[in-house]
Amino acid sequence: MNPFLKRRFFDQIAVMFGREAKKPAAISERAQEIHVLKRATNKEALQAATLAHENAKKVHKWRNRRWAVLIAANLMFTFSFWFDIQILEGALTASRFVGFHLIDLNAALQVMLAHKHIIVNLVIGTGTVFVLWLVLGGRSFCSWVCPYHLVAEWAEKIHLYLVKKKLVTDQNMDRRLRTLSWIVFAVLALATGYTVFEAISPTGILSRALIYGPGLALLWVLALLVFEVFFSRRAWCRYACPIGLTYGVVGIFSPVRIKYKLESCFHEGDCRKVCLVPHVLDTVIKGRAVDTEVPIGPDCTRCGLCVDTCPTGSLTFDVKGLSKLL
Amino acid sequence: MSEPKPPDTPKPPPSRERMQQARRRWLRTVLLTGGVMGAALSGFLPLVYARTKRLRPPGALDEKDFLASCIKCGQCVQVCPVQAIKLADLVDGVAVGVPYIDAREQACDFSCDAVQCILACPTGALVYKKPAFLGVRKGAKLAAAPILKAKEKDPEPTLNLGERIGVARLTRPEACLAIQGKGFKGQVRGPSFKGRMRYMEVNRWKPIGISEHPYDLAECDLCVRECPVKGAISIETVFAPDGSKRKSPVVHEPCVGCGVCEMICPVEPTCIVVDAREVWNT
Repeated sequence: MNPFLKRRFFDQIAVMFGREAKKPAAISERAQEIHVLKRATNKEALQAATLAHENAKKVHKWRNRRWAVLIAANLMFTFSFWFDIQILEGALTASRFVGFHLIDLNAALQVMLAHKHIIVNLVIGTGTVFVLWLVLGGRSFCSWVCPYHLVAEWAEKIHLYLVKKKLVTDQNMDRRLRTLSWIVFAVLALATGYTVFEAISPTGILSRALIYGPGLALLWVLALLVFEVFFSRRAWCRYACPIGLTYGVVGIFSPVRIKYKLESCFHEGDCRKVCLVPHVLDTVIKGRAVDTEVPIGPDCTRCGLCVDTCPTGSLTFDVKGLSKLL
Repeated sequence: MSEPKPPDTPKPPPSRERMQQARRRWLRTVLLTGGVMGAALSGFLPLVYARTKRLRPPGALDEKDFLASCIKCGQCVQVCPVQAIKLADLVDGVAVGVPYIDAREQACDFSCDAVQCILACPTGALVYKKPAFLGVRKGAKLAAAPILKAKEKDPEPTLNLGERIGVARLTRPEACLAIQGKGFKGQVRGPSFKGRMRYMEVNRWKPIGISEHPYDLAECDLCVRECPVKGAISIETVFAPDGSKRKSPVVHEPCVGCGVCEMICPVEPTCIVVDAREVWNT
């Protein structure tokens, strides 16, 4: 990693914990050259390209794959119980995949802090899930598995429609709130010996509802969705959910990420419009990229919406080191 | 490193509008924090309700430890052959997603033979043997491993269970059929009752609906007859307050609190209940 990317790597960790994304302090020479060249680009040609993109057919390749995986994963839980096929027993908080323990990192953390006693199965399950998401991209848990993410995506569509109709506006908030909520719930679990986050986690509530049948707890999930539709876009995932931060920390070390290529980018900013965490895509803003190729930071959920929407293929899925190997 | 130094230009002061926006966003953030924290506090509400004691699955730690260690995954629900274990909803007076048993509707009759729910628990909220640092309440510990009547002829007839989850208690002796010397004929709890039980003489491995198994008893002894644990309850001759002799179900020390007696009692409301988390007092 060159010094520019190294600095960005640590900057992006701070950004995940809530710092605002800032203009880079230093940019590699090659990237600077490109930035300068781009300033000279013909504006009409750019506008024509933008227009062509707007009229082009929308691609949903990664979104469809992701929805299929998410639905399949959650249905596997449901069917394992309903038809007693015992492939994936349990719920998202903790389960067994053909007998092998899997335990959600955040739920495990809450239990460890509250109970202050760790049994072997808990260690095995947590370790397995840690390695799993370390390999698969950290917050990819959010967009590829979490059932709340999917319903929130649908709610987001309604929200964006209402915004377009000028009926509501997105009230954005301070992202440090999520870090605060992570700390508060951890401290609450430790101090009270009660896993209070698990009682209000929409991920757990939805997962259990899908498997064991609906309950009144779904009202809380509904309240969150209403809040997101009428008040603040994707507020729970963006500003509150400690699960996202936990997996984000795992994602710091993950080889799976989105890679940005500066040269081909038109800087239309469509990727930032569809992104759940646009602060990780600050690098696509004109003049911001520190190098010709920039990996996207750990808060990225690897959902692929930007990959789908990018007209020039400047954003792609990438596995660190794999291209070198091949 | 060939970092070009950024030019040192003094920052212009933020515009009024900018500052106002920042202030508003700060306010909204504070509001959402308040909202989430308020909702989180409602997560503690079940603890207030915790006074309405719910029966936990066998092997459950003491209530506070149980609530701390349960990860709310429902694996215990999935392995139970009679589906005695349910997960609590918002209004069930216990934490959301935490397992409990409503013995009157469906008691644990140990038809799994091995307390599978304990085996399924990934976090040690249900345990065969408590870790050393957790104390055992006086009277909660069973004097001996309970002998399962269904397994009596097996080489290993006991259940791997060290503590009771409750104790059965005769709450309405005046209505008890055994005490009145009455018999019972027909379907216990009526034709629409969904509760299930394993009947050894029918099929050891497949529990059937209680409504599919009618009785014809000259003297009701259902709570004793269907109790899965050996020596936990018996019909004894006791002296009534007026000095007269009569028969009555009597609960003994081996009672683990499974709740089968509560489920099988044909009187409405039931004459015998399990006091959840109760200990044995001699």
